[in-house]
Amino acid sequence: MKDNPIIALAGNPNTGKSTLFNALTGLNQHTGNWPGKTVTNAIGKFEYQGRTYTLVDLPGTYSLMANTIEEEIARDYLCTENPDAVVIVTDATCLERNLNLVLQIMAITDKVIVCVNLIDEAKRKGIHLDLAKLADLLGVPVIGTVANTGAGLDNLKSTIALMVAGEISTKPRKIISANPQETDDNHDQIVSAIMATAEEISHQVITVTHPDPHQFDRKIDRILTSRIFGIPIMLTLLGLVFWITIVGANYPSTLLQEGFSWLEGQLFDFFVWIGVPDSIRDLLILGVYRTVAWVVSVMLPPMSIFFPLFTLLEDLGYLPRIAFNLDSFFKKACAHGKQALTMCMGFGCNAAGVTACRIIDSPRERLIAIITNNFVPCNGRFPTLIALATIFIVPTVKYSSIAAAGVILAAIILAVAITLGVSFILSKTILKGLPSAFILEMPPYRKPQVGRIIIRSIFDRTLFVLGRAVMVAMPAGLIIWILANTNISGQSLLAYGAQFLDPFARLLGLDGYILIAFILGLPANEIVIPIVIMSYMAEGTLIELASLTELWELLVQNGWTWLTALCTMLFSLNHWPCGTTLWTIKKETLSWKWTWISLITPTVVGIVLCLIVAQGSRLLGLI
Amino acid sequence: MIQRSVNLNRLPVNGIGLIRQIAADEMLRRRLLDLGMTANTPIKVVMKSPAGDPTAYLIRGTVIALRSDDAAKIIVDII
Repeated sequence: MKDNPIIALAGNPNTGKSTLFNALTGLNQHTGNWPGKTVTNAIGKFEYQGRTYTLVDLPGTYSLMANTIEEEIARDYLCTENPDAVVIVTDATCLERNLNLVLQIMAITDKVIVCVNLIDEAKRKGIHLDLAKLADLLGVPVIGTVANTGAGLDNLKSTIALMVAGEISTKPRKIISANPQETDDNHDQIVSAIMATAEEISHQVITVTHPDPHQFDRKIDRILTSRIFGIPIMLTLLGLVFWITIVGANYPSTLLQEGFSWLEGQLFDFFVWIGVPDSIRDLLILGVYRTVAWVVSVMLPPMSIFFPLFTLLEDLGYLPRIAFNLDSFFKKACAHGKQALTMCMGFGCNAAGVTACRIIDSPRERLIAIITNNFVPCNGRFPTLIALATIFIVPTVKYSSIAAAGVILAAIILAVAITLGVSFILSKTILKGLPSAFILEMPPYRKPQVGRIIIRSIFDRTLFVLGRAVMVAMPAGLIIWILANTNISGQSLLAYGAQFLDPFARLLGLDGYILIAFILGLPANEIVIPIVIMSYMAEGTLIELASLTELWELLVQNGWTWLTALCTMLFSLNHWPCGTTLWTIKKETLSWKWTWISLITPTVVGIVLCLIVAQGSRLLGLI
Repeated sequence: MIQRSVNLNRLPVNGIGLIRQIAADEMLRRRLLDLGMTANTPIKVVMKSPAGDPTAYLIRGTVIALRSDDAAKIIVDII
């Protein structure tokens, strides 16, 4: 008997496979990539009766015939790694389609356990399954589970243990030459044969007592994708998510800032006490610490509100409907409908949006989605947009949160328009090609699992993104500090840089300090406004002004007009991706060329837009 | 009963067809087959998106959205 048996987890997408994986392994898991591929690979461990089992989560696939990278990975793993057992997760509400994969895997290995998940949902919909008969017809153990509540998991674990111990003998139903390794020649007949068997089996085990089991889903779909309400509902929902994020992040942000500033005092005293030289102390505390503290306190609260809300929409099953609603626009731009989803993700964080582009399997359309992801403003850029919108574009302070939300919504619509326009240009120039097929499964709406949402959004998204941001903010703080505090003939290097950039920046409606702030803000967009403030106040460190009125006064004293604010907002929307996103693009595309293109494309768009707006306004005598 | 064959994208909402053949390139054909779109399988038009394209279809208990260009490659017999 092996010490550490390996169990592979296979299944169709949207069957609750990852819920089951999480339910079995808990936090005892780590995710990475399949070697040389940008497909997520999750491995976890669970214990049962004193023995540790390793669980390998294979990519969710409909088949193993190697039509996609995911299918290739799953097939190769099953064929070459020879796991001690394969658990195939199926969806009780649409078993027939799921049996395709089951029958294909049973052609490769005998050590199969079929897990029929979501049996509660099936029951609610009036779909009843005879699991004993299914086990009999398939010739392998069948376990019914509800991964959300944990029902059936013990049974599943004990079956796994028995199979690993060799105490279960299976007689899987084999379809001649259904082995996906040998099916290249007569694919059609084989698939047809498998499907016919799947149909036959499911007819024998399923009784439907409800006249239309999916009636409820169709009713909701008819509203959410309706010709009249579909897009307004979508905009309202997204607007609501942004509004909750803006309002909700305010207070915890202040609290974190206070906490960090208290800790700064303590650190300062401690450094004095242990006798660190003044220059190093200031470099570390005023440079590195303050930059990191700023990034964390500005980024963490909105992300920990936005990501759970976004994951909630994802869990409910709403995201495929967004893609469904928006696909025609993306089709006109010769891009992929699923780009709508990666774009939405970009609102939270562009790095997360770029990673999400993995769901697009055509390389051409995936690159378009990656390159254009940066056009939607992330949480790091929202504070800049909101602050400038509030103090310059919206003249009255009353209802400012709603007015600011309106300006933000306009910015978002502009961002989406630019995304579509640039996608179109890219697909007509450097990424030429016809749109690939768009196949989108629209799974049933599901009751969200709050605990899972929080764990997934906090660990997988928020902390992941924050970790990377902190890693880039630390060296950035160091460099900014040195630039702002190294004086040559009475002027800091930062001021020299600003003077140098000033003539060009003025053409764009900005000034030298704003442009240098964007450049120094490469590590994280959050620090752009603080650098501007810091430069204007000729203070060598990041500071935060107590109120927006003070910020307004400071900016006006330094020559800002509404045009400066507008151009700064435009440039914030359209400039190079932040360091974290660039790093992610490099990792996702495995290419410097596309990383550079992702950097240059939005920058050129930003320069052109600002140039037109600034020079146009001046020519028209608007200012 | 005389059966009439049409391209799937021509089927009206709530219309049902029996899949006769898929005249798409190999890659797309395989992917559609893997979703259960084999010959003689009933497929139902569930709904259209706000712009009229793509359209969602019910096939073997699951809802799959396809663009009209792709759906046109699936020939069905109206029933």
